Amino acid sequence: MEKLMAALKAQIVEQLNLQEVKPEDIGDDQPLFKDGLGLDSIDALEIIVLLQQHYGIRIANPEQGPEIFHSVRTIAEFITAHQTAK
Amino acid sequence: MYNGDVYITGSCVIRDNRVYRDGVQLLETPRELELPEFLRAGYDHFSGQYPKFHKMDPLSKLGWLAAEVLLKEVPLSSYPRESVGLILANKSASLDTDLRYFDSVKDIASPALFVYTLPNIVMGEISIRHGFKGENAFFTTDVFDREFMVGYISQLFLENAVSACLCGWVEVMGPAYEVMLYKVERTGDGGLVFNADNLQKAASI
Repeated sequence: MEKLMAALKAQIVEQLNLQEVKPEDIGDDQPLFKDGLGLDSIDALEIIVLLQQHYGIRIANPEQGPEIFHSVRTIAEFITAHQTAK
Repeated sequence: MYNGDVYITGSCVIRDNRVYRDGVQLLETPRELELPEFLRAGYDHFSGQYPKFHKMDPLSKLGWLAAEVLLKEVPLSSYPRESVGLILANKSASLDTDLRYFDSVKDIASPALFVYTLPNIVMGEISIRHGFKGENAFFTTDVFDREFMVGYISQLFLENAVSACLCGWVEVMGPAYEVMLYKVERTGDGGLVFNADNLQKAASI
């Protein structure tokens, strides 16, 4: 899980072009949107693309988005659950 | 044509790896520095602390940076937000980004790139930064039609649709770019009268 979260942080920084954020600055449980890292709705779409490109995962139910994308840890848990279910 | 009470109160020119305000060169980077690196240098020099800049396409970065330079020391904050207009023009519209988006579609289309596939997005970025909510329009013409720009904006002043306006030319296509951005207000305080000749004069470096 720790390794996956570290990889995710680096991928988020690169995919979302967060040039003034270092991967290690992102907390495992830090909210990614609003008052947390400050991501917006376009960033959410880019994370969906990231999951598809790097992990082959498509979000089947968009209503799950806020729950899955809450933090790096929740995304990592979603990826792990998805890979286990395969 | 109405131009008696309208003045050019500031200008910013960006071309050839240089940034000028009111005819004075403020920044120059080595000529071999390509546009993305030049824009980053401009951001670091004039602004910083606005991470969304890095997500913008080159057209938005150029317009945003010019507005930053132009408004940094004398902003238009004394005017009601609804009375500050933004009228821009260029030759290539958003083609520079459209082509890169087209390339991305071959894999998985990039949402972050897609949102910049309209030329008027640069005005949205400037408006968000400075809180402008007034009249706006973006025109695409082969060359900077100063007569048209003066006529259109003079009419806005005549109808009291604006009390101040940012206007000008923001062009980019591949490595080629040029910005001429002007601040136009009813009160001049030493500014040039707003007409086509003076638009040319204000951007002559």
